[in-house]
Amino acid sequence: MITALNTTEPKIIPLCGQSDLIPNSGICAAVGDQQIAIFFLPDETPQVYAIDNWDPVGKANVLARGIVGDVDGRLVVASPLYKQHFDLITGECLEDHQVSVATYSVTLLANQVQLSL
Amino acid sequence: MLKIVVVGNGMVGHHYVEQLAAADVEAHITVIGGEDRPAYDRVHLSEFFSGRTPEDLALTTQEHYRELGVEAHFGDAVASIDRDKKTVSTVNGKQFAYDKLVLATGSYPFVPPVKGNDHESCLVYRTIDDLDNIQAQAQGSKVGVVVGGGLLGLECANAVKNLGLETHVVEFAPGLMGVQLDAGGSAMLRRKIEALDVKVHTSKATQVIEANADGDSRLIMRFADGSSLTTDMIVFSAGIRPFDQLARDCNLKVGERGGIEVDQQCKTSDNNIFAIGECALFDGRIFGLVAPGYRMAEVAASQLGHDSTTFQGADMSTKLKLLGVDVGSIGDAHGSEAGAVAYTFSDERIDVYKRLIVSADGKNLLGAVLVGDCSDYDTLLQYFLNGIALPTDPQTLILPYNAGGAPALGAAALPATATICSCHNVSKGDIVTAMDAGYCSLGEVKAETAASTGCGGCAALLKSIVDDELTSRGLEVNKAMCEHFNLTRQEMFHIIKVESIKSFAELIEKHGSGRGCEICKPTAASILASLWNDYVLEEKHVGLQDTNDTFLANMQKNGTYSIVPRIAGGEITPDKLIVLGQVAKKYKLYTKITGGQRIDLFGARVQHLPAIWQELIEAGFETGHAYGKALRTVKSCVGSTWCRYGVQDSVAMALYIENRYKGLRSPHKLKSAVSGCTRECAEAQSKDFGVIATENGWNLFVGGNGGMKPRHADLFATDLDDETLIKYIDRFLMFYVRTADRLQRTSVWMSNLEGGLEYLQQVIIEDSLGIGAELEEQMNNIVDTYQCEWKTTIEDPEKLKRFRQFVNSKAEDRDIIFVEERGQPRPATEEERIKILALSA
Repeated sequence: MITALNTTEPKIIPLCGQSDLIPNSGICAAVGDQQIAIFFLPDETPQVYAIDNWDPVGKANVLARGIVGDVDGRLVVASPLYKQHFDLITGECLEDHQVSVATYSVTLLANQVQLSL
Repeated sequence: MLKIVVVGNGMVGHHYVEQLAAADVEAHITVIGGEDRPAYDRVHLSEFFSGRTPEDLALTTQEHYRELGVEAHFGDAVASIDRDKKTVSTVNGKQFAYDKLVLATGSYPFVPPVKGNDHESCLVYRTIDDLDNIQAQAQGSKVGVVVGGGLLGLECANAVKNLGLETHVVEFAPGLMGVQLDAGGSAMLRRKIEALDVKVHTSKATQVIEANADGDSRLIMRFADGSSLTTDMIVFSAGIRPFDQLARDCNLKVGERGGIEVDQQCKTSDNNIFAIGECALFDGRIFGLVAPGYRMAEVAASQLGHDSTTFQGADMSTKLKLLGVDVGSIGDAHGSEAGAVAYTFSDERIDVYKRLIVSADGKNLLGAVLVGDCSDYDTLLQYFLNGIALPTDPQTLILPYNAGGAPALGAAALPATATICSCHNVSKGDIVTAMDAGYCSLGEVKAETAASTGCGGCAALLKSIVDDELTSRGLEVNKAMCEHFNLTRQEMFHIIKVESIKSFAELIEKHGSGRGCEICKPTAASILASLWNDYVLEEKHVGLQDTNDTFLANMQKNGTYSIVPRIAGGEITPDKLIVLGQVAKKYKLYTKITGGQRIDLFGARVQHLPAIWQELIEAGFETGHAYGKALRTVKSCVGSTWCRYGVQDSVAMALYIENRYKGLRSPHKLKSAVSGCTRECAEAQSKDFGVIATENGWNLFVGGNGGMKPRHADLFATDLDDETLIKYIDRFLMFYVRTADRLQRTSVWMSNLEGGLEYLQQVIIEDSLGIGAELEEQMNNIVDTYQCEWKTTIEDPEKLKRFRQFVNSKAEDRDIIFVEERGQPRPATEEERIKILALSA
């Protein structure tokens, strides 16, 4: 689990190469038992975003396979199961403010996607 | 403070209290109910024997009244009224002073004055206590007789039948439900009820009820015609009489045959006393239904507020299920008005009877009788209540649809004054007002207006009004598909075509704003595919697709996919069948035959999709596009090759059609079928386009669909040769792809075209727009550039990278868990999943 990896020192975990990313879409990486959805939006700054892959509404690991876009200027992914929107930056579910997913700090550096914990 | 005393706590008395509480009148309300329990739903009383408890039937509770500040006394009836002192006294000796008194004492069952009617096995059917007695008597009884073949009698017969007794209905009049039905309707009702094993005896006047000394049963009923009937118990349900004794005792004016006389304000002959519901007599009539009773309660309550309303009588039309039989009666069922014309439709095969009574000039509906099928009730009631002019051929209103029957009166055609919910008196205008105020979903409208929260009979009509309003608002307010494009799909199609736009990025830059979303992206992707037929997983298109299109499979609830290989026309070789079985076994897939003559393989993990398809493609399968808004299947019957009746080779034609249009991206899914003769085994008339063989060629049908709102396709052209058939289908499909809205099936698209079917025939058959050749060329272009998306995908290692569960690990998604059921896997439920995960941890 992520929490088990947590130390006082910031920890950098390489996840994948830039060529693994799909422009304007998502992929999924595993960190221990955790599934992280990574979205590559080449025209945005920053270019990569990471949230839980687990859809808390549909209850399946599918968010990486949603369509990305924006709602009122907020970058979102729409769950492929029941179409709820999750904010790529805050993890908030736009349809139900009680629901949210975790977000992760990722960077694209020297053609590598890195997760900072 | 004003002291209001309400005598009686039935449905109407309770409604009065609620109205008054809601009106915020400064008053102290005292409710005195003779029964031990607060008001309950008497309309659904017979459900007591099919498992509804008194609590289920309750309309209120002592606590609820306390919260409303209402003082309530139950199980103590009012014994007398002193009009001079303005007090009432109860049987138990309590006394209450009033400023205004409301009599809601209801009615009591009429027991015919027959000798022996006081036997302990002779009962009545009115209250929950009565039901307890009936239930107690039914123990140890085999036979039950209900005296009364009217509405209440048949309700009661249902109750007796539900208790498992041999059930008889004894009616004095020649037919059942003589008030609401004409002779024909009554006869059909009898037929249907007898088919349910309820014995019906009409024209029977009971003369005496005797204890049966020598038989198995307790009682014997002797009739005037000399016949007799033995039974264990008798329930009288032969009508009601107003409970007006209190009013008589204090010299209020009552009708000759009972009932407390009231005026339009529901006031009795004493200015301080109101009477409402079944104890009240208005204009010489007792209103024995709950809806008019509620109206009276509202009128009486309004007299204490600022906006007093009046009671004008009430419509007694009714729709109900008696012993499971649908019965509807509107207005003058007997056609007693001078010059009235009747139309009758009767189908003894399915036991349906319908009758319309129309005014002499054919313009107005005066009445209607429906037995066995009440689906036309809502429409007919609207014609009746709102005086809507009838169509030229009124009989079309009751004819079956395929015999030329008219479609139901659309929600849009109703005037604002049209009453939609008669239980709560909600008009179409009230619904529109609620929606104007922002209550737009069906649930919100129900909560806000109370519409459809009574008997529920108007539920379908309410939904169609809400839908219609939503649609018209959607169009009025904003035709834009989403916040990124102020365009309809049709406009977007036009722009992409005219400007030769080849990517979403180009489209949004020139004609949209923002970054797009899950609505505009797949729409644009579909149009780009329809026009240019690029491979859908090209890098510039991949992010536009729904997950089903991206992974070329259908996502299921647990994140796995189902796979439907194309089995054109439903024809498959044994070898291919074996491969499907082997693949399913190897990858542990659940298999099911689809409605479109294909085989669906469920439960494939995303990382297994390419390997599965590799095997399928090697065996000669190609993608079935079940994931796309595209042509799905062309179903077929076996046709003239095998069938003794077939007149054309329907399988060959289905194969040709399916192979021609496979992969065609469209605004919504497309289904088709080909039948080899008029027996129509392939159900072609339920498809977007269907083909039925004739001796001389093919008949083409368009605009049908199954699903939530099934629609029969319309006959488009007859006796076509192969070439013309394909030409018309080319044009039809391409015209649909060009002009339909997003997610609009062909049926809706066609009915929204101005001119409908005829217009479509002009465009396609007569080429009135001069675009026939262009449409065909566009279709040929798509046919020529067809590629199996799965074949293209597995040949490209770059594309296969997309089919990894994890980009950095070969592990499987541990949250996908299957359990076995009926010898096949299925997704674990959430509870099962958590349990299994906990065990494995």
